[in-house]
Parts: sequence; structure tokens; C-alpha cells
Amino acid sequence: MSHISPVLWQFLVKWLTHFALFPPEASKIAPQMDALYFFIVLVSLVGLTIVILLVLGFSILYSKKRHPVAVQIEGSTLLEATWTIIPLGLFLVMFVWGALIYFRVYTPPANAMNIYVVGKQWMWKAEHPGGQHEINALHIPINQPIQLTLISQDVFHSFSIPAFRVKREAIPGRYNSVWFEATTPGTYHIFCTQYCGTEHSHMIGEVYAMTPEDYRKWLASSTSGASLAQNGERLFASLSCTACHNARPDARGPSLVNVYGSRLRLSNGESIIANDAYLREAILDPSQHVTQGFAPIMPTYQGQVSEEGVIALVEYIKNLKSDYRIQQTTTTTDLLPESEGKAVSSGSKTAGLNPARTGMVNQ
Amino acid sequence: MSSATIVNLPDQSTARIPKMNYLSKENGLLSWLLTGDHKRIAILYLISISFFFFIGGALAGLIRLELLTPQSDLLATDTYNKVFSMHGIIMIFFFLVPSVPATLGNFLIPLMIGAKDLALPKINLLSWYLYVGAGILAIYAMITGGVDTGWTFTTPLSTHYVNTNVITTGIAIFIAGFSSIFTGLNFIVTIHKMRCPGMTWFRMPLFVWGHYATSILMVLGTPVLAIALVLVILERTVGIGVFDPAKGGDPLLFQHLFWFYSHPAVYIMILPGMAVISEVISTFSRKRVFGYTAVAFSSVAIAVFGFFVWAHHMFIMGISNYSVLIFSLLTMLVAVPSAIKIFNWAFTLYKGSITFETPMLYAFGFMGLFTIGGMTGIFLGTSGTDIHLTETYFIVAHFHFVMVGGMLMAFLAGLHFWWPKMTGRMYPEKISQLAALVTFIGFNLTFFPQFILGTLGMPRRYASYPPEFQVLNVFSTAGATILGVGYLLPVLYLTWSLKYGEIAGDNPWQATGLEWQMQSPPLTENFREIPIMDHEAYDYEWLERQKEKEVASVG
Amino acid sequence: MSDSPVMTQGALEAAEHAHPPYQRHHFETVDQQADATNFAMWVFLLTEVMFFGGLFTAYLILRNWYYPAFVAASHQLSIFWGTTNTGVLITSSFTMAMGVWCAETRRKSGLVLALVATFVLGLVFLGIKGIEYHEKWEKHHVPGFHYSLQSFINPSSDPVAQEYGDKALPMDMARKTELYFFLYFAMTGMHALHMIIGIAILAFMIVRARAGAYTSGHVTFVENFGLYWHFVDIIWIFLFPLLYLISRHQ
Repeated sequence: MSHISPVLWQFLVKWLTHFALFPPEASKIAPQMDALYFFIVLVSLVGLTIVILLVLGFSILYSKKRHPVAVQIEGSTLLEATWTIIPLGLFLVMFVWGALIYFRVYTPPANAMNIYVVGKQWMWKAEHPGGQHEINALHIPINQPIQLTLISQDVFHSFSIPAFRVKREAIPGRYNSVWFEATTPGTYHIFCTQYCGTEHSHMIGEVYAMTPEDYRKWLASSTSGASLAQNGERLFASLSCTACHNARPDARGPSLVNVYGSRLRLSNGESIIANDAYLREAILDPSQHVTQGFAPIMPTYQGQVSEEGVIALVEYIKNLKSDYRIQQTTTTTDLLPESEGKAVSSGSKTAGLNPARTGMVNQ
Repeated sequence: MSSATIVNLPDQSTARIPKMNYLSKENGLLSWLLTGDHKRIAILYLISISFFFFIGGALAGLIRLELLTPQSDLLATDTYNKVFSMHGIIMIFFFLVPSVPATLGNFLIPLMIGAKDLALPKINLLSWYLYVGAGILAIYAMITGGVDTGWTFTTPLSTHYVNTNVITTGIAIFIAGFSSIFTGLNFIVTIHKMRCPGMTWFRMPLFVWGHYATSILMVLGTPVLAIALVLVILERTVGIGVFDPAKGGDPLLFQHLFWFYSHPAVYIMILPGMAVISEVISTFSRKRVFGYTAVAFSSVAIAVFGFFVWAHHMFIMGISNYSVLIFSLLTMLVAVPSAIKIFNWAFTLYKGSITFETPMLYAFGFMGLFTIGGMTGIFLGTSGTDIHLTETYFIVAHFHFVMVGGMLMAFLAGLHFWWPKMTGRMYPEKISQLAALVTFIGFNLTFFPQFILGTLGMPRRYASYPPEFQVLNVFSTAGATILGVGYLLPVLYLTWSLKYGEIAGDNPWQATGLEWQMQSPPLTENFREIPIMDHEAYDYEWLERQKEKEVASVG
Repeated sequence: MSDSPVMTQGALEAAEHAHPPYQRHHFETVDQQADATNFAMWVFLLTEVMFFGGLFTAYLILRNWYYPAFVAASHQLSIFWGTTNTGVLITSSFTMAMGVWCAETRRKSGLVLALVATFVLGLVFLGIKGIEYHEKWEKHHVPGFHYSLQSFINPSSDPVAQEYGDKALPMDMARKTELYFFLYFAMTGMHALHMIIGIAILAFMIVRARAGAYTSGHVTFVENFGLYWHFVDIIWIFLFPLLYLISRHQ
């Protein structure tokens, strides 16, 4: 015994110091989700108790010793109805309650700060709007809604922060998003919860929820010099996007000023809101996203731009409120063959996006 | 005979196993390998699924040992991934899906409905050969490098990012799928066309109803898995691109196709278990199952609703919020029939005359564990809590409560219950009651801590984990050790009983099913002449009258 | 199906009579045997429907996403060979139906003739399919094997595309034609596989039919095979419009 007890003792201490039934509630949604969780726990316990009481009670009352001859009973419609309707009612309550929370978790508020997260085997890369990069870490301020826009570069991953009660898969080829508002400063786990290959269990990180002051300090200390949008602008120029998207009257591509969030009419007749997902697809799969009045001449950039590159471009376009800098670039480089461009855009009387010379036209 | 038991064995000094029975009819390996007899095929299946169960169990043991410590020290991460993948594949496709239907179902359905065999005996044998072929292929894949995609084969991981034996394993599962399609097809045809005179649909034992519902799922669901696997194999070999986002395909389409089978598959696994429980509870409480029709229809309802809930596996994958609403609602609906069954079984005990032989203990274990397993399913079907709990150990614990706590308990209940019918000999009662108890305790110790682990956020399929989760993992591993003992015991004493068990006689439990009104083990042709069913199922008064008649005629 | 107990009750009396040699021991009557195996075939065909259903779902979703690519690619299929093959297959279904009738009415030579005709028509179908596949090979339209986008990004280089007045597809859309051809080969290939299995069984049946195995009253096998053959035919009846016909004239 004596040589075992230290081990047992160690365990007991560990058990007592680490014991918890649920992770810390560090976000605004966490207490709400836990309320539902404990409601279902309660219902389950009551249900389980009823079943156990019935089985035990009947076993004692009607054991062969006490009750040698069984009484044949066909059934009871009333009882059947009872245990059909009561569980159904409870399940429906859970369904509605759960759906309310589900919609809350996946409907980001308009004022949320957007951070991009790219999953790849086997790390999480976060791209802050200020240009800060992080790997397997995420610094965020508390008391501010944070939206994560997630995408994967390879296989399915799943971004999970148990302390915030949020989780969303990062899947290849499309943006998913989730949001949360941290309430308690601290360091919490980030897990990849969708099995993603050999080092799946090492795809973990830490989220640092900080007070706004600490967060400002962190932002300042880890800046890389250029913001995400500035990186995007550089990429925009180096991929010669300005050759067409230059806001000139004869441009071959639509102006991208203020395009984010606007309603676009596409050449196939669809009308669509230009959100992150739309911008991404328009870069990688352009022929399906041709703005009305323009020819489908844009080449695809699939395979030429990494997911981070696409994110930088999207962030750049999102923040494009004026075409002043684009025009500067194009006038110096002057890449544009005039005639071709004219032919295309002259037919665009109903263009959803007229080149906005002042850059102030709100679509 | 003590009044605490219903066991009614013939006088052991004079009793003999009948000379003519399906086991003694012919001898030699070939007579088994070429048999068309559903009972012999059931025995072949029983031996082969036990083999796979212990392979899968050994892999589970490795998983639990690795998780004893937070670091991945016993197994490297890639080995661990292969181990849990093969554990899932073997346990699901080579144990759980065929477990009760292919053994007990195969053996009993013709006996219960008064038929001489299943409708298509050769197809039945073929299904066993397909199963064995698939099993050998799966083991070959495991020996030559294994597969590390998880049993879910998530694309594009399985198609582009691993270079293990995905194709071999895929083919193995494809073939195993056809084995289960043929079993299901055989059951459907037999139940429709081979019932004896007087055996109307509502005189069938609930065991047969449960298997009928299972068969529908097998026949309609499995081919969709087959095509999904074919597309994965084509993706790996020629790059068909249907699931490849780089080529314009949709990886979520794979999820839809895969879960369209794999969700109904969990009902394929649990419905036969429920079927067993109905028989056992009725027999050991000497009462007709409370609300027979409700229990029968709830099986069919589960089978039907079971096809329309598959997307609840995809709540956090980015499918539309509104389809989440619909699938969450349908999931709630599919939970109701299970609740109905539990309460009906509980009320079957009411005013019964209950005895507590091993099958009944397992059945009680089933009811408790399945209630927990079912209720925790509600946590996951509720879209809000699913966000936090899915892909964690909560879900692992949930489906082990249903699959192991539910199905395996039911399988053991059924195996003990019909063991005297299958072999003509009783299992030893005391040690088997002990085994049932050990299994129950070991099971709870293994899997209950995993609920807490999951709520705390520990992700599934992790070879290493943050150290604060260790204590609960140690509990779980300790429980798994006990559970292992609980599963080894039956193998030992059941094998022992083949030679030394007491002679069981025709109807040791004094049960009402047609299968108990014949000799044990049964004749090869089951019935010398086709019986005529002239009473309802679970009619214990009819049984009493029969006994009186016999006594009168002997006297 | 609740009538089957009644049927088996009749079976009890019939069991008094001697069994025909083809009646399996576990069935009470020949009728029950025929009824059961027939039903089994229908259930099996149901699983086949679900099997092809997965492919059809994939096709419909991707077609919806990449409509222009699927339209342009479908123009590359030969409507002449497709229609001919549909005719061939429908005729073979007819000869198969004739075969079943001959078996039921115990016309041995008629049955052999019908089966041989079905066999030959099946081979013709596969032959024509082979010609079509070969065409695709020549034009580098076999995905994964030197696949060429020329016909879609540069339709003027391709007489077929010109005939339909196809406009040049942008690169990213043109690439999606490969998906179409993948699905084309997967679906017609899976169908052809079923044809090959059917033809192999037909060959076996011809030999047995000449020995008179199906014209002595035991027609279940022929009937069930007939069901299978018609099913394979019906799959083609769905494949043909989906792959060849729709959006011909857009």
C-alpha cells in the first residue's frame, strides 16, 4: 500500500484541483448555452430517474416471489399518449431553444471585428485586419464582438473554443463564419475538432482574451508594418488587377470601390450581395460571377493566389472607398489598350456598377 | 426448483440432446461451408463476428492505453490514427451491423414465423462469404499499413491527403455492404412471403418487427454508402473530382451521401437490439409486451424517420441555417419512438411475475444505458448545444452508450437467451450474472467520464491532449480494463458450456415463441410440418393450456 | 401483403402432391417459391435504384452549379449513336419480354431465339458505347488522360461545337467540363458494367434454355432476369436524356 498511495494521493489532488463539469464561461453566449445544457441535463436526469424507479419498483413489487402469477395487460392508449406527447413536448422546447442559440452563434452582428482564420495541416493561421499574423494563437479584446471568417487550405478542420462554446468547421473552398464576444480576460484552448490527419491532435492553440488596453498594446507590439488591406493592395497591383479594375470609363472590369456589401446584378440575371464569400469566388471562379454589362474575360486566379492572398485581396476590396490610388498606379504604368476596353464597356448601359470617378458613389 | 426462477430443465440424469438436429445432421467442414441452413450460417456468422469483435476490442484497448497519459507516448500519432480508424471500421462494419441480424436474426426469424428456412438460402450463404471476404480484405489492409482516415472517410482528407490503404479498405466496406444488403433483402422477402398459416403481421413476435425495420434500412441505405465509396475510390485512382473543391466538386456532397447511409446505419445497429429486448423482457416478466402495436410501429417509425435526419451530423459544417432547423426538428421526432419503447418495456414489468436470469439483467442494463445514450442524443440533436458538444468526447460517449451499452448489451442478452435453443445446453447461470454485472460497472466507468470530458471540450480522435483532462481519462482506461474482463468471461463460459452445460430441453424459459415449441437444437428443416399459428404473440395463457394438455395426455 | 398466410394455407394442401424437381425444399409450393423470388428481385432492384440515385444526385447538383460547362460538354456527345443505342436497348427489352413469354408458354426454340437476340443486341449496345468512348478518346475528352479543353475554350477549332454555335467558355468554366465527362464515364460505365453482367448471365441462360431448363414450367429465373434487364434499360432511359438531350437547343 505504502508505495501505491503517493500515486493515488497525487491523483486525488489532481482530481480535486482540476475537477470541473464544464469549461469556464468566458463569452457572452456561454451562459446562455449552459442554461440550455443544464435544462436538458435536468430533463435527462428526471427521465432516467423515472425509468430507473419504474424498473426497480416493478422488479421489487412484481418479482416472482411476491407476485407468482402475472396479470396480462394489453396496453393503454392513455399511457401511450402520455409518453408520446410529454417527451415530444419537451423535445420541441429543446428544439426551439436550441435553434435560437444556434442562430445567435452563426449570425454575426454588423459591428463585429472580422478576423480571418486559415486552417491548414496542422496549424491555425489568424490574419488580423491590422496585418498581424498569428499561428496557433488568437489575441482578441474582450467586450467586443469578434467575427471569425474561416477557410481551410486543404482538408476539413474545425475551429473550436470550448470556453466560448463556439465551434465552426473550416472547409476548403468556402468561407464559414462564427462570432463571439469574450467577457473574461484569460487564456483558453483552441482545438481542431475535425479529424484532419496525422498531427490532428497537435493542431491546438491558445486564444488570449485581453482587456482593451492590453489588446492595444499587443496590436502595437506585433504589427508587421502593413495592414492586411495594404498587403492586399500590393497583391492587387502585382497581379495586375488594376489593368481592368481601374475605375476608368473604358475599364474592362467593374470598379471595385464600395462594392463590398452592395447588391450586384450579374450577367446571368441573378442579383447577389457582394460579401466575403462572393468576392472570394469572383477571384477564383470569375466566369460565374460576371457583373452585368461586362464580358467574362477575367482569368481565374485559382492556384495562383494562396488563401491568405485571397484574404488580403478581399480585405483590400472591402476597405476600398476611393479609387484615387488605383488611378495613380494605372496612370504611371498605363497598361491599358484603349480600344478593346471601350468596346466592352460601351455596351454596359445598365451596369450595376458604374465606374465611380469620385469614389463617393454609394451603390 | 426455487420460485425465484422460471428455468425449467428436464431431468438431467435422463435427458439427452436429440440425436437428430441441425448440428449433428452432417459432419465435416464442407458440410458447414456449403450449407444452406440458416441456423448453420448463423453459427458461422457468430464465430466470425466474435473474431472481429475481439480484434476491434484489442484496438480499443490500445486506444485507451495510449490515452492514459496526455502525451502520445505509447503510440505515435499516425499509429494512433490508424488504430482508432480500424477500431471504428471493424466495430461498425464487421461487428455491429451484422451482429444481431446475421446471427440471432438469421437463426430465429424462420423459426419464429414458422418457415423452414429463409427465402433465399444460397443468397444467405453468399452474404456470409462476402462478409468473410470483406473481413479478410480489411485485415489485409490493416496488416499492410492500415488506414488513417477515421471510419468516416471525410473528403478531401481520404481522397487527397493520406497515402494509406484507403482503396483496399473502401473495397472491403463496399463488399461488406453487399453482404448486409443480401441479409436485409432475405429478411424482407422471408417476412413477407414465408409466414406460416395464421401468422398475421400482428401475431409476429416483436423481434421480427424489429428486424423487418432494420432490413428496410439495410436495403435502402447501404447502396448509397456503396456509391459514395465508389466515388472516393474513383477520386483516388483517376481523380474524378466530384468531391474535390479544386476541380469544382463539393466535399459536402460526400458528407451528405455518407451520412445518408451512416445515420440510418446507427438504427441498423440499434433496432435489432431493441428487438431482442422486447422478447427478453416479455419472457422474464411472463407478460405480453405492453402496447404491442405501439412497439411494433415505433420500430417502423424509427426506420422511416431515420432516413431524414442525416444532416444533423453536419450542423457546424456550414450548411444553411434553415436546413439545420428542419433536420434538428426531425431529429427530435425520431427520438420519440425510442422513448415510447423504453416506457413500454418498463410497463411490461407492471403486474408481471419477474425473474432475474442473465438475459434479463443484460436487458435491464440495456434499458438504463440506452436511456442515457438516447437522452444524450437529444443534446446533439438540439442545434444550439450541438455546437459545443459535437466532435468532442461527448459524442464518443453518446454513441458508445447507444452502440455498446445498448446494442452489445442486447446482443449478449439475446445470446444468453437463445443459447439453449442454439446449442441445446444451458450456460452457467451464476458466473454469467457476474459477467453481466462486471460489464455494466466497467461500461459506466469507461464511458461516463467521457461525457464530462466532452463537455469540458476534449476533442475526439486526439492522440495527445492537454494534461488537465488526464484524471478522467485514467478513470476511463481503468473502466475499459474491467469492461474487457466482462467481455472475455462469456467467451470462456459459453465455450465451456458447449460440452459441460446442463441439457436445456425444448423450452427452458417457458417462453411462448414458436422457436421454443420445438426441440433444442432444432432440426435442420425446423418443422416436420408447417405449424399453424392459432394464438397471439406472447400468449402465456395459451402456453399454460398447452402444458396442461401435455400433462393430461401423458397421464 | 397480408394475404400471404392465406396463400400458404392453400399451400398446405398442395404439399400433399409430389414436388416438381425445381422446387426448393423450404418452400411449400411452387407458387410461393415464384412469388418469393420475384419479390426478392424487386427489392434488389430497389437497392440498385438507390445505388444509381447517388450518382444522379451528384450529376444534378453539379449540373446546376456549372450549367454552361455541362451544356457545352453535352454537345460533344453523339446524338446519333445515343439515339441508336436507345433504340437497340428498347428492342432488346422487347426481345427479352418475348423470351419471358416464350418460357411461360413453353416454346423452347422461341425462347432460345429471343435470348440470343437479346444477347446480340446487348453486345451491339456495348459495341456502340465502345465507338462513342473511342470518339472521346480521339478528341481527348477522357478526363484524367491528356484531357483537352480545346473544344470549349476555342470552339471554332471543333466542328461539333461550331455546329451548336457554342461560345467560348472562360477558362475556369471550361475546366468544369472535365467534371461532366467524369460523371458521363462514371454513369455510363456503371450502366455498361450492369450490361456486361447481364450479357454474361444471358450466355449462361442460352445454354440452359437449349437444354430445356426453362420450358418445363420453371420460369422464375427467366422472369427475374427479365426484370433485371428491363431495369438496366430504364436506367439508360434516364441517362440518355440527362446526358445527351436536355439543353440541346438552349
